[in-house]
Amino acid sequence: MAYYVPSTETEQKEMLASAGVKTFDDLFAAVPDSLKIKGLDMPEGLSEFEVRGRVEAISRENVVFKSIFRGAGAYNHYIPALVKQIVSKEEFVTAYTPYQAEISQGVLQSIFEFQTMMCELTGLDVSNASVYDGASAAAEAVGMCRDRKRSVVFVSESTNPAVISAIKTYCYAANSEVKTVPLKNGVTDADALASMLNESAACFYVQQPNFYGLIEDAASLGEIARSRGAKFVMGVNPVAAAILKTPAECGADIACGEAQPFGMPLAFGGPYLGFMTATSEMSRKLPGRIVGQTKDLDGKRAFVLTLQAREQHIRREKASSNICSNQALCALTASVYLTVMGPDGLRSVAEQCVSRARYAAERISAIKGFELLYSGEFFHEFVTACPQDASVIEKRLAGRDILGGLPVDGGILWCVTEMNTREQIDGLVSALKEAVR
Amino acid sequence: MKLSFEKSKNGRSFPVLPSLDVPKKDLPGSLLRKSAPRLPQMAQPDISRHYTELAKRTHGVNDGFYPLGSCTMKYNPKLNDEMAALPGFTGVHPLQAPETAQGCLEVLFMAERLLCEITGMDAMTFQPAAGAHGEFTGVLLIKAWHDSRRDSNRVKIIVPDSAHGTNPATASMTGYEVINVPSDQEGGVDLAELRRAVGDDTAGLMLTNPNTLGIFDKNILEITRIVHEAGGLNYYDGANLNAIMGVARPGDMGFDVVHLNLHKTFSTPHGGGGPGSGAVGCKSQLEPFLPKPRVVRGKDGFSFATPERSIGNVKAFYGNFLVTLRALVYMLTLGANGLRDAALNAVLNANYMMKGLSDIYDVAYPGICMHEFVLTLENLKKECGVSAMDVAKSMLDYGMHPPTMYFPLIVKEALMIEPTETESRETLDEAIAVLREIRAQARIAPDSLHSAPRHTVVRRPDEVGAARHPVLKYNFDGVGD
Repeated sequence: MAYYVPSTETEQKEMLASAGVKTFDDLFAAVPDSLKIKGLDMPEGLSEFEVRGRVEAISRENVVFKSIFRGAGAYNHYIPALVKQIVSKEEFVTAYTPYQAEISQGVLQSIFEFQTMMCELTGLDVSNASVYDGASAAAEAVGMCRDRKRSVVFVSESTNPAVISAIKTYCYAANSEVKTVPLKNGVTDADALASMLNESAACFYVQQPNFYGLIEDAASLGEIARSRGAKFVMGVNPVAAAILKTPAECGADIACGEAQPFGMPLAFGGPYLGFMTATSEMSRKLPGRIVGQTKDLDGKRAFVLTLQAREQHIRREKASSNICSNQALCALTASVYLTVMGPDGLRSVAEQCVSRARYAAERISAIKGFELLYSGEFFHEFVTACPQDASVIEKRLAGRDILGGLPVDGGILWCVTEMNTREQIDGLVSALKEAVR
Repeated sequence: MKLSFEKSKNGRSFPVLPSLDVPKKDLPGSLLRKSAPRLPQMAQPDISRHYTELAKRTHGVNDGFYPLGSCTMKYNPKLNDEMAALPGFTGVHPLQAPETAQGCLEVLFMAERLLCEITGMDAMTFQPAAGAHGEFTGVLLIKAWHDSRRDSNRVKIIVPDSAHGTNPATASMTGYEVINVPSDQEGGVDLAELRRAVGDDTAGLMLTNPNTLGIFDKNILEITRIVHEAGGLNYYDGANLNAIMGVARPGDMGFDVVHLNLHKTFSTPHGGGGPGSGAVGCKSQLEPFLPKPRVVRGKDGFSFATPERSIGNVKAFYGNFLVTLRALVYMLTLGANGLRDAALNAVLNANYMMKGLSDIYDVAYPGICMHEFVLTLENLKKECGVSAMDVAKSMLDYGMHPPTMYFPLIVKEALMIEPTETESRETLDEAIAVLREIRAQARIAPDSLHSAPRHTVVRRPDEVGAARHPVLKYNFDGVGD
């Protein structure tokens, strides 16, 4: 069944004749016969009705939990109706990269607005149009800091393990070394950092809040990094960034992170949204698309892709990165989300995370065996001990339609957002008590 | 039109969240930022209109013909989008225990099996989020493979001069030196030059076939053999797979690793520049190096496993999952014959259109083309002073997206046209008529083309000025225009 092909068989025959050939085979004369396959070993096509039934059935094999207390890089936040409607508009969905500025002003302006919002959030000067996700953003960010003399990347051990892994993968590609900086009470050990950084250090990367939910003393860490001549890179949770000291206030050269919390569903890990901002000194090293404002022939304001001399289609092997497709529709999602929430709404999300997480932490840690592992200030995640096999607890909570915290070394990493009502938190606490009884 | 920031009014807001039902707790002031981010403050109705206005200033496949060469701008089936919006998929946390995410794992597993069959590969990862990300992943597999054999002298990647810019950029991002080989008279890889280029320092070859000239390299088996005999591996850039899907397979051509652009060949929408998906397939010898984690099937269902010598993560989770899901829905809908028919008609449409233009435009490499063809406007420019840019910009006034311009680099004044299979004959005829009319105009009124377009919301924005004096965000303190 030629599902989305408009041409009828008669038309196809006529078109073949117009093209100067008799059969489809004639079009593939350049393909050696030995390479032509008889057919694909896979099922024949199905009607839309059948496909829908099949795929809906597959979706029902998943469990969608009523209460979600798990984060660790993917966060459950409220998505306003306006966001879903706007990002479903077919013009946005079905466009390619805005190469032709005249008929892409909508996408280009939305990216320009996104860049402005990311700069506002991080306090830094320049933003790109997005990268794949938070982990690849971190990997690209540390790559911006390397030069011939300074090639070693230092990463705090308090970073999300998947992010550390991505940084290591990218550094393996670039034949450069990664060193991890140890922790003290769940946060980066500043003394260790000070003694480790040397003249080969390209940068130091720290995650804020860190993987365990704790708020790092980023300003002090940044000062240590810069005093050793290394660049300072912060991976920030964008919701927390609404209220915490900005990367600029902490002296960061580059900020990056995962903006999935801004209107993107959990969706089993993607599509999400990597963002990157930097000081203007670093701007020409930023990878990816950047939109700039200019004027058109008639003097009207217009937006275009700019600073393309950094990019692969111009520079080829000398490009700063090979990235071209990024996550434009996700950047649009984040822009719409931030516009809907506004400064007050976003602060309210962040503050609700803080209050609800504290309430949950107090109640959970009051249960014997679930003491808080660290004493530092935290945002919306925290680690408790676990008196028994964490995966057993996980299963018991699942039976109550609760996705519990993530089992980590030494305990459980919990996450509480504005989605977790008091009723949900109390429900979790009683389910936990029962689970260990 | 105004920016959202220019429409903002202090104090304009509406509640989205309920009020707090737990005690309010604040972080210590020393941890907090000095001032709030200046986000727009707008009312719901105005936000809705703002984005509707932006949508009207955006041209998607839904708005008209989009023959952007090498980008495969085919119709994006709406069923795919509906399936990707099912709460049973969107509500699943990526770190749920496998037994609670069997549906998602099944999607990844099925998509892997089908795409391996289509490409002739043994295993596949969906972690890479876009084509270039897939290239990065694929070339790293080659690097890890050589490293595992302690074959550390292989420092060069060979790339033909007709390649996508991402190929050389990828090779250098993965620590390789790039060796460019020229194309021969027919637009294929120059075999003699290739033989000269390979050696015991060759890590591999990156090639797209059909290439960016729209030509299937008839020497493909010889090319891959030369590289293999030198001890290198062959990388297939799948950007152009739409031409041969169901007809021939990269795996049979001697390729060891391939990336696919699910947002091109497999009909997932491009979203104005992503999210895409750059799935990477490989032969079994490279499977142990694939990114972690991978989906495996056991007696208790599907679960995750880490390949024994994995290169690690290239992204935090399992790729752009909802994009993979859309591609699976597409494959289930079309099935074996439908996929092949898509390729046949993609090639037919390109040849039909090329024939309709070849008497008045110069085709860079005449003959039968695959899914796309390249016009060279070098003579037109000499004759009338009309450039590829002028022709492209003129198309805008007819409601059509122009072809890819000035690429591939080896063709002067290039326009690269890829109609795809989902365009009707009427649309192709209309596009042919438009390009013929523009050609006629070029002779009688070339100046009118220099100043095109006339009817778009902006006209030829100053790109040089944009790069020279970068304005990359809204200036809150300045005066807007």
